[in-house]
Amino acid sequence: MTQPLVAIRSVSKNFGEFQALNKVSLDVRAGEVLCLIGASGSGKTTLLRCINQLTPVDSGGIWLDGELLGVREEGGRLHRLTERQIARQRLKTGMVFQRFNLFPHKTALENITEGPVQVQGRNRAEVQAEAMELLRRVGLVAKADAYPSQLSGGQQQRVAIARALAMKPMLMLFDEPTSALDPELVGEVLSVMKELARSGMTMMVVTHELGFAREVADTVIYMDHGAIVESGPAAEVLGAPREVRTKSFLSAVI
Amino acid sequence: MRTAPALAGGFPDISGMTVARQAHWQRWLAAAAILVVLAAIGRAFVNGQIEWSYVGRFLTAKAILEGIVNTMVMAVLAMSLGIVLGVVAAIMRLSPNPVLKSVAAGYTWLFRGTPLILQLLLWFNIALVFPTIGIPGLWEARAVDVMTPFLSALLGLGINQGAYTSEVMRAGMLSVDVGQYEAAQAIGMGRLRALRRIILPQAMRVVTPPLGNEFIGMVKATSLASVIQYPEVLHAAENIYYANSRVIELLIVAGSWYLLVVSILTPLQMLLERRFARGALQITR
Repeated sequence: MTQPLVAIRSVSKNFGEFQALNKVSLDVRAGEVLCLIGASGSGKTTLLRCINQLTPVDSGGIWLDGELLGVREEGGRLHRLTERQIARQRLKTGMVFQRFNLFPHKTALENITEGPVQVQGRNRAEVQAEAMELLRRVGLVAKADAYPSQLSGGQQQRVAIARALAMKPMLMLFDEPTSALDPELVGEVLSVMKELARSGMTMMVVTHELGFAREVADTVIYMDHGAIVESGPAAEVLGAPREVRTKSFLSAVI
Repeated sequence: MRTAPALAGGFPDISGMTVARQAHWQRWLAAAAILVVLAAIGRAFVNGQIEWSYVGRFLTAKAILEGIVNTMVMAVLAMSLGIVLGVVAAIMRLSPNPVLKSVAAGYTWLFRGTPLILQLLLWFNIALVFPTIGIPGLWEARAVDVMTPFLSALLGLGINQGAYTSEVMRAGMLSVDVGQYEAAQAIGMGRLRALRRIILPQAMRVVTPPLGNEFIGMVKATSLASVIQYPEVLHAAENIYYANSRVIELLIVAGSWYLLVVSILTPLQMLLERRFARGALQITR
């Protein structure tokens, strides 16, 4: 069996008394689309944020592309990496937020080119050409010079996806990408994500869109109280859940 | 075919009527009363012991013009120093490093906690504490030669301003959504780059009005530097009235110049606000 792109081993995270993650272990293969479902507070978003190191883990380890994230092992102890090293590790992942978090003082195009030009120090003209290609991919070429405040929620989220892709990540993380959208705008964002999945991108998606999960996900994971309750192929977990808690969650959602 | 909703009767159609203008007679009355009071005050000044010819003559006197130029030079330089120190102190204050945090908090505490005029006098008289200053082995000078009125005023005003500006900048940076910082991190930015490229430009929109306020305060605070012999406009006016005893006339001259400068600054601030509102006001355009 080939090495997984993401390997999560016994990861725990507490916020004060609240246990957000309780010894979570998980593998994600390259090219796999994995959907995380569960009630709010079940730990799915925290797991995603730990992979992108926006939230440091308390214990356990996450390996991305064979590299241990956030810490380095030396003499039987773990040492935290410097901010610079963590920033470098983050370049391998792209993150899409529930509330888009586009930079409001920059146009759609500038939002996309900011990372490659400023962080990766790449040639501006070359990056701009790529950014226009990404805008074409998410169907927003005409909005290149629009500011986020001039875009609808769905358009903003599509720009946010393009911004993450511009960094050429090996893994895309989606944190409830459609939860802040009006119902009629959900479809356009999901179709961009479907196209991305078809192109072979490795994706971890926290979502409440079970239809999307059923159609696109290779694996669905149901989480509750910071732990993985059930995982397996989408058709099995969503169509014929084995665990009582999965069943009651699914019947509550549908 | 359309079906209109069923409507209850008894509500007349007023859609064609216009709204009549209100007769604001109280406003007219108040305005008239204010005009009477202003006229009385004006008359009192005209008849009072003020030689208006002196005001006119000294308004453009060379010493006064040099004074207002010195006032503006000092205000701009001290404010620039204040903004640089304020931004640095605000960034230190918001850093996770407890040492940097304490240093910034201590700086604000010290320079906000003592009167500005006292700080100016301290800088000007620093030679009493350190007769010579310099870097050992490299450069050395007598403090009285280095601490000119200009440098004392610049340090006193600028460092004091920095203590206030740091709080304005901190408020501006806190007003930016945490998600902006996370998005910047997610595309691989470090703390300082995220502050410079993402957080500060957005904070500027919020801090421009209070900073404009601070700058107007600074223009007037330069007048305190007259106590350490810095030749700004109030100092020039004082020197003249020591000679000719036209105290009120010269104070009116200086006051007019301050008012003029502040009147010019207000529209400049609006231009600046528009510049930093990029992306934010697009909907109302």
